Amino acid sequence: MERIFRIISQSSATFLFFVLIATVSVLYLYAKPAIEQFGTYFIIDPRWGVEVTVKESPTKAIQTTPSSPQASSEPTTTPTEEENLEDEDTQASISDDENLDNLDAGLDDDLGGEDIDAQITSDDEDDFEANPTNAAGEKTEVVYGGAVPIVGTIFSTAIAMLFSIPIAMGIAVFLSEIAHEKLVAPVGIAIELLAAIPSIIYGMWALFYFGPFIASIFGGHSVSLLVAGLTLGVMIIPFMAALSRDAINTTPDVLKESAYAMGATKLEVTKDIIFPYAKAGIIGSIIISLGRALGETMAVAFVIGGVFEFAKSVTDPTNSIPVVLANNFAESSGLSMNALFYLALILFVVSFIIIFAAKHYFLRRNKL
Amino acid sequence: MTQNKMEVKDFSFTYKGAAKPSLRNINLPIERKKVTALIGPSGCGKSTLLRSMNRIHDLYPGNKYEGQIMLHTEDEGHTDILTLKKENDFIWLRQTVGMVFQKPTPFPMSIFDNIAYGLRLQGEKNKAVLQEKVEKSLKDVALWKEVKDRLNDDARGLSGGQQQRLCIARVVALKPEVILFDEPTSALDPLSTLAIEEMIFELKQDYTIAIVTHNMQQASRISDYTAFMYLGELIEFDTTDNIFTAPKKQQTEDYITGKFG
Ligand SMILES: Nc1ncnc2c1ncn2[C@@H]1O[C@H](COP(=O)(O)OP(=O)(O)OP(=O)(O)O)[C@@H](O)[C@H]1O
Ligand SMILES: [Mg+2]
Repeated sequence: MERIFRIISQSSATFLFFVLIATVSVLYLYAKPAIEQFGTYFIIDPRWGVEVTVKESPTKAIQTTPSSPQASSEPTTTPTEEENLEDEDTQASISDDENLDNLDAGLDDDLGGEDIDAQITSDDEDDFEANPTNAAGEKTEVVYGGAVPIVGTIFSTAIAMLFSIPIAMGIAVFLSEIAHEKLVAPVGIAIELLAAIPSIIYGMWALFYFGPFIASIFGGHSVSLLVAGLTLGVMIIPFMAALSRDAINTTPDVLKESAYAMGATKLEVTKDIIFPYAKAGIIGSIIISLGRALGETMAVAFVIGGVFEFAKSVTDPTNSIPVVLANNFAESSGLSMNALFYLALILFVVSFIIIFAAKHYFLRRNKL
Repeated sequence: MTQNKMEVKDFSFTYKGAAKPSLRNINLPIERKKVTALIGPSGCGKSTLLRSMNRIHDLYPGNKYEGQIMLHTEDEGHTDILTLKKENDFIWLRQTVGMVFQKPTPFPMSIFDNIAYGLRLQGEKNKAVLQEKVEKSLKDVALWKEVKDRLNDDARGLSGGQQQRLCIARVVALKPEVILFDEPTSALDPLSTLAIEEMIFELKQDYTIAIVTHNMQQASRISDYTAFMYLGELIEFDTTDNIFTAPKKQQTEDYITGKFG
């Protein structure tokens, strides 16, 4: 029994580890062509799907491209995109054929990725036949850069956290310390119901009601970075509040009593005893909510606008990584798909770094 | 000034939702600068009585008090603490009547802050004064030597006995007039128990003490008066010597000789 128990728990943990490794490696393998094409400049390049003229070697395209962020367009609605893709793949494929082959071989085993293989190869073949030069006789390629969605993701999440943390903590404290016991159960159930609502419903609600409402207060568009951030915030509040309440409820009564017995008030007990005691659980709830906000797709897709432009003010529409992925993945192939995987990899790494840093920073031991 | 620091008069207590009172008609004097022990079998209401004396019960709404509990202080004269209503009055009461619980309850903060906490609540901000008072109260509970090099460490890293002494130091630092102990040594090893008993004996010089204990020897060692309780009633109250050598009631005798309980 003891052995079986050990083996089961060990293999579950190992399974988790494999899933992590597999996810990262698939993301990386698919992103590789884009990584090689755009390098780290991808992260600060605000252009997405922009056709540029290349004078020399395709790999130096970046230095020679005219900077024209205004020319950015929404890929989902750009009819010329397919052509662009093919053109750009010409350059990419010359240097990337080998990589793609390796990639294909590597993926065959674990993914059974016949479809993907076929697609990629056929793209490549097309590209050899396609005309690699444009009318003026210059080579062109399409440049992808992730700066807009990366910035959009970070800012919408930041707005969501700033908005949701105080409110969620207020609810959690109210439920566990202040509310009359007749109120605790119904409000608690309401919170848990809200936490269980699928995010797309928050998105629809925000598009029709919340967005216009926010716009009427702060001005600007009814789809914007601010609306997206606040919608995200509203969405994670019940989640964070429920988890924080559970954490707060773990504070032993006798610990609170001994603080009250020294003449502390409710506020002082909450601030000095309950929060420090439940710190790990509260931070955990914030971090889990942060992870949800970073990766949230549907609630944001409705209200962020989905345009590849930096928001000049918070009331402007912009874009976020998961939204870009969801909107563009179906129509993407070749390098544009690789660029999407690159974005996905960045989202993964950013989430990982933020969560790791938050954990590390807030949960240091013996530091008071 | 009367001899008594506190007087429980015709006191009954009913927990919220309970059909009958957990304490009935208790009359108990708590003499100034003496140790009064409360003994009795489990569930007889010792903790309930002790917790009424600083109204910690009020953290949970719906409990019912009847009768009077008088508290005699120099600043406020004679107060029936059951009539207190305002939060400020509760704070005053709890800083005048301190309490040490059965299990050590170190706050989630450093050793120093654990003791400075109550002082800061009282409004003390001066670092030097805090430093001095923390040191003094740690010395009072014979903990200073063990912790003086780690005052900034988390108090939860101390041993159980050290934690309990820390909790006592925390209460002592506030200079209350009465200290209530609810089985302060029941979770501790014999050596820590002895240390705390000695300490209580010392504290008697300056403080009025009421202590709940299951340990007969402990009651006879440290207390001046003993109250025997049974099923929510106070059966017998007398000097400790009398209770342990010549109890008047049969139940008391049975209990202290170990026939039940
Ligand atoms: N929160 C509560 N609600 C209702 N009844 C309670 C509550 N706490 C205690 N009681 C009841 O009150 C009575 C006295 O309990 P109390 O805790 O005062 O006993 P005690 O003498 O301290 O016992 P012990 O020696 O085990 O600590 C018991 O019958 C108990 O069931
Ligand atoms: Mg008890």
